[in-house]
Amino acid sequence: MCGIVGLFAKSPAIEESLGRHLAAMLAQMSARGPDSAGVAVYRNPVTSGSKLTLYSRDTLYDWDALCGQLDGAFGGATVPSVRASHAVVLVEADAAEAEVWVRRNFPDLRVMSAGSVIEIYKEVGRPEVFSEQFSLADFQGTHVLGHTRMATESRVTTEGSHPFSTGLDLCLVHNGSLSNHNRLRRTLQRDGIEFHTENDTEVAAGYLAWKLREGASLEQALEEGIEDLDGFYTFAVATADGFAVLRDPIACKPAVLAETDDWVAMASEYHAIAVLPGADDARVWEPEPGIVYVWEKAAV
Amino acid sequence: MAAGTASGTAVEVVDLATTPLRELNQRLHDLAGGKEGPTHWRVLNPRGAHAVACGLDAEIDIEIDGHVGYYCAGMNQLANVCVHGSASTGLAENMMSGTVVIEGSVSQSAGASAHGGLLVVHGDAAARCGISMKGVDIVVRGSVGHLSGFMAQSGSLVVCGDAGEALGDSLYEARIYVRGEIAGLGADCVEKELRAEHVAQVRGLLERAGFDDVDPSSFRRYGSARELYSFKIDNAY
Repeated sequence: MCGIVGLFAKSPAIEESLGRHLAAMLAQMSARGPDSAGVAVYRNPVTSGSKLTLYSRDTLYDWDALCGQLDGAFGGATVPSVRASHAVVLVEADAAEAEVWVRRNFPDLRVMSAGSVIEIYKEVGRPEVFSEQFSLADFQGTHVLGHTRMATESRVTTEGSHPFSTGLDLCLVHNGSLSNHNRLRRTLQRDGIEFHTENDTEVAAGYLAWKLREGASLEQALEEGIEDLDGFYTFAVATADGFAVLRDPIACKPAVLAETDDWVAMASEYHAIAVLPGADDARVWEPEPGIVYVWEKAAV
Repeated sequence: MAAGTASGTAVEVVDLATTPLRELNQRLHDLAGGKEGPTHWRVLNPRGAHAVACGLDAEIDIEIDGHVGYYCAGMNQLANVCVHGSASTGLAENMMSGTVVIEGSVSQSAGASAHGGLLVVHGDAAARCGISMKGVDIVVRGSVGHLSGFMAQSGSLVVCGDAGEALGDSLYEARIYVRGEIAGLGADCVEKELRAEHVAQVRGLLERAGFDDVDPSSFRRYGSARELYSFKIDNAY
């Protein structure tokens, strides 16, 4: 099972209320994924340096101490927000370098996301509880992805929860299961893509990160993914300024898209879209199998 | 809750924004076996709910204002269900009789395993439309997705638009009529001659569906070549 949702704002009003809509959509997908929930929120882009989202098992973690050390190493480090087990850290450093530094010096922490725009939050437990814990309703931003997980191929842990980000500002959520992820993971590792779990979805995210690194556009990367990724999937993918949806050619996993003048939304089932303002008058359609759908900020 | 124009033709209005879905379905189930009750229903605000008007067994008319989720009108007997919107997976699955009309489009497996009745789709039907159908008639104004009519046993599938990959794969005695392009025929599915009796059958189905601007002689007919393992008498146990 699993439920996925995505919301891409096309108006300032939706950007201001993005978190509230995300929480409503996620709650509708609770029955499809009661084990854990997670979101990727694209908001507050940094103009210089980078932004990391970090996770600690210890909810009383001393983020200021980490910030001090990060500041010593790179300079300009701040912790603008802490939500439950996650903290957002800004630092005057290249995002990839900062990520490697945190992994090396703070092995007890997990880097959930790195880039200049993305923030990822995920935790085990029911989606409604997760939304409360992380005060999702407060979030403003340009676009979001959400996932509710019914675990099938790996354990129910915070780390194994979705979304996965294996490239800067890149995020992927997945409903389905891949069958060639072990072989593909080894191939990608040889090309320098790092993985931190045994999860199949992380391999799909890593594959896209690799394709984008090699110069492909989001659309090209997904089109090549149709050939290279074997299994059942509906993917929703986000980059700093883009949002995409792809279903495998057999299309066993559900997806519905809807668009109004104010937003583009994707969900596993329509009732997660029905909670959005103006949904009754939205253009609603089922994405065709094996067809890449992409929206980009500049083009909207 | 009831609002009507004259006694006997009253329309029972149920708003799913305020009434639990189970209450609606229970009230509809209570009409089974010819029990007295409203014969014309209108359902408001379905908002993608699953199993709306599922398991009916009564001669009633139901109109649903909005999009519905999975398995709408599943196992339908006798009832006429009209959705003013689109429907998700498994619409009219295992329908036995009656009529189900969708004014929008439907997701996959519409009319799956249905034994009888008429399913009309004004928009498109996604993958696996009429999969394993066993006697239902399905008329689609738009196109159907891949693997439509897979293992279809009897009944008719009329597609005014195009059909996706593997149409009619492994089909038995169902008849498939397509007016537009076909991405590919499935195993053992072949084109067959469109004779006068077939044109008459398509005309009748289009009339019942209310599509009077479609020429019944403009379709092509597809059926089973009967070459697969299951058709060989020596393979019978």
